[in-house]
Amino acid sequence: MKSVPNTPQSTTPKVALFVTCLVNQFRPNVGFAAITLLEHAGCDVIVPKAQTCCGQPGYNNGLRNAAIETAKSTIKLLEPYDYVVLPSGSCTGMLSKHYPALLSDDIAWKRRADSLSSKTWELCQFLVECLDSTLPTHSNLEGKTISYQDSCSCKRELNNTSAPRQLINQLCNGSNLVELKDPESCCGFGGTFSVKYPDISERLVSDKTQDITATGADILVSADLGCLINIAGYTSRAEPVPFEVRHIAEILANNLETPSMTSGSKK
Amino acid sequence: MKPGKPTSPETQSNPPIHSETSSNQALFFKAKSSEALLDDTLQQALKKAQGGFIEKRSQAIADVENFDSYKQQAQLVKNHTLDHLAYYLTQFEENVTKNGGHVHWASTPEQLNNIILHICERRDAKSVTKGKSMISEEANLNAALEAAGIDVTETDLGEYIIQLAKEPPSHIIVPAIHKTRQQVEALFRETHDLGERDLDNIAALVDEARLQLRQKFLDADVGITGANMLIADTGSAMVVTNEGNGDLTATLPKVHIVTASIEKVVPDLESASAILRVLARSATGQPITSYTSLFSGPSGIEDLDGPDEFHVILLDNQRSQMLGSPFEDMLKCIKCGACLNHCPVYSAVGGHAYGWVYPGPMGSVLTPLMTGLKQSSDLPNASTFCGRCEEVCPMGIPLPELLRQLRNKEHEDHLTSWKTRFSLKGFMWGIQHPRVFHWITKTLRMILANSVLTRLLEKHVLTSWYSSKELPKNYSKGTFMEQYQQDSKQKKSKQKKS
Repeated sequence: MKSVPNTPQSTTPKVALFVTCLVNQFRPNVGFAAITLLEHAGCDVIVPKAQTCCGQPGYNNGLRNAAIETAKSTIKLLEPYDYVVLPSGSCTGMLSKHYPALLSDDIAWKRRADSLSSKTWELCQFLVECLDSTLPTHSNLEGKTISYQDSCSCKRELNNTSAPRQLINQLCNGSNLVELKDPESCCGFGGTFSVKYPDISERLVSDKTQDITATGADILVSADLGCLINIAGYTSRAEPVPFEVRHIAEILANNLETPSMTSGSKK
Repeated sequence: MKPGKPTSPETQSNPPIHSETSSNQALFFKAKSSEALLDDTLQQALKKAQGGFIEKRSQAIADVENFDSYKQQAQLVKNHTLDHLAYYLTQFEENVTKNGGHVHWASTPEQLNNIILHICERRDAKSVTKGKSMISEEANLNAALEAAGIDVTETDLGEYIIQLAKEPPSHIIVPAIHKTRQQVEALFRETHDLGERDLDNIAALVDEARLQLRQKFLDADVGITGANMLIADTGSAMVVTNEGNGDLTATLPKVHIVTASIEKVVPDLESASAILRVLARSATGQPITSYTSLFSGPSGIEDLDGPDEFHVILLDNQRSQMLGSPFEDMLKCIKCGACLNHCPVYSAVGGHAYGWVYPGPMGSVLTPLMTGLKQSSDLPNASTFCGRCEEVCPMGIPLPELLRQLRNKEHEDHLTSWKTRFSLKGFMWGIQHPRVFHWITKTLRMILANSVLTRLLEKHVLTSWYSSKELPKNYSKGTFMEQYQQDSKQKKSKQKKS
C-alpha cells in the first residue's frame, strides 16, 4: 500500500485529473463522471490544460528515450498538485510504477518521479483507500446485474481489486454485482498488441465475452477504457449485443445519459 | 561481444547458431499462430490441459502456508549462485572428476553434439536412450545421432510421442500437450505392430509405450539425460521425473551422459531443496515429483549395476553473455513452465507457433537471446503485458520488462517496419506538443463523427483492428478537453454576469 502524503486534511485537497488520451478521445463523459465523483468527495478538481498521454504506446514499443521525455514533462505538469487521479489503472501504473523505473538513472528526476508516484491514484482506489468519503448513491441501476472486469494493470500493478467492487455495491442501489468465472485472464487488448496480433486478440476477447455473457450481466464495467474499447468493439458486432459496456465512473456517478459503448446496442 | 547486448547474427563472433542444429522457425510466429488458432484439434487439446495446470498449481500453493517465503529462498539460492557462477562450476567439475566422472565444456550446441558423438563412437554405440533434456533440444541432438547411424529413443512418454510424430516439443514440461488421446492412439497404430489390440484409454496407451520402451532401455549402449540441477559440492546431477524413465536411462546403459546448461549449478543439496520446493508446485502442482534422482558418477566397485562411464556436458550457448547483462534474470529460470501455462497468448496458440525450443513468455525472451533477435523479432511483441507470467514465476523473473527491453533493442536496431516507427515516433512527438496534440484529437473526433470518413479509416488504416472489432463511437460534442474548456468559459462568464 502506498503512503498517503501529509496533506493538511482541513483544507480541500487539490486534485489534478489526468483524463488519459483514450477518455479524451473516445469517452469524454468518463472524465466528467470522474470530476463529479471527486467533487462529491470534497476535492478541488483541476484539469491541467497541457496534459496529453502518459507515453505508454512508445514505452511499450521500444521508444524508451521518447518515453523518458514524456515522463519528465508529465511529472513537471502534475507535481504541483496534492494528488493526481486517473480514471485508468494502466495509466496510473505508468505514472506510479514505470516513471520511477524509467528515470532510475537520474537521481534528481528519480526523486521527482517517486514523489509523483506517492500521490498518484487510480480513481476508485483514491475514493476508497485515500479519502474514504461518503458519496451520493443512486437507484438508476436497480435490478440490473453488473459485472466488473479487473484490468490486468489494476489487478497486478496496483493491487486494486476491492475498491471498485466496494463502490459499486455502495453507490448503485439495488444492483447485483456478479463475478466472472475467470477474472484472472487478459481481455486481449494489450495496447498495440491488439493491432499487431488481431487474430490472437480476437480469440482472447471472444473467450472473455463468453465469460461475461455467461454471468447474465446487463452491464460490463471496468476501470480501464482500453479493455472496454476492446470488449465493446468486439461485442458490437454480435446480434443481439449481449450486454452494455461502460466505464465504472459512469455508473458510480450516475452518468448514464451517454449510450453504451457497444454501438447500436438496443439495451 | 559486450555483455548486455542481445545477440544478433551481425554482431556474433561465432558462426550463426543452429544453422545445422535446431532450426529456428520463430520468424514465422505470426503465420503459425494464425494457423494454430484455426486448428480445432489443437485448440481442444490446449483448452483441456491449460485449465488443469492452473488449478493444480493454485491448489498446491494454497496447501502450503508460506509459498512466498519458499520463493524468496529459491531466489536467494539462484542470486547467490549466479554471483559466483565460475566458482561453483569449477567446484562442480572438481567433484565430478573426484567421483570418477568427466566434465566437458561446450560453448555451442554443435560442440555439445560433437562431444556426444565422439563418446558414442569410442564406445561403438548402436543405440541410445534419452531422458527428457531441453538442452539436447537446443542442440537438435537426435538428428545428429541419427545422422551418425545411431538408434535414438526418447523415453519420456511425451517426448516419445512427439519423436514418433517427428515434431518438436510444444511445452517445456509437457512436450506433447498439443496432442489429443485420439491422435496418440492413431500414431501408435501407425508406428507400432499392434494388431487388433484395444488402445482406447490412456492406461492402455501408457502400457503400450512402456512395452516398447522396456526393450529399448535394456538394449541401450548409452543413456543421455538432462539435469534439473547440478550440485557443486557433491558433483551430482539431479533429475526430476514422474515416470522413472530418467533412472532407467541413467543406470542401465554402460555410459551415462548428462547434458546441462551452465546456470543449472547450485552450491549444495540444501540449496537444491530450496528450488525443489517451488519447482514441482509451480510446474505440475505436485509438492514434489514422483522421482528425484541424483547421479554422482560411474558405478563403484561395490555397486551391482550402473554405468562404467559418467560424463557431464556443460553447455553455454550464449548464457555467459547474459550474465551481467540486463537479461541476467533470465538465468534464474528453472524451466517450470508456469509462465507458459498462465500466458493468454501461449494458451491460445500453443508452443509450436513460437518456432524454436522454448515457447511462451520465457521462450520469447530466450529465443531472441540465443538465436538472434532478427530471426525472432515477432516474439517479444507476442505479449499483452498482462503481467501474469511475472506473477506466477517462482523465481520472480520480470518477464514483461525483459520483453520490453527486447522491444527497445528492436527499435534501436531498426528491426521494426518503417510504418510502425513512423507512427510511433509521430505519436510520441505529438504528445510532447500539447497544442498540436489537442488539434489532432479534435480533428480525429470530427473524422470519427462522420460515418463515411470512419469507414475509410476502418477499411484502409485500422484494418487489423477492424478485422474483428468496431471503432469506438464518440457520442459527445467534442473531445474531453474541448468540452471542459467550453464549460469552464461558460462558468466564468456566468460568474462575471452575476
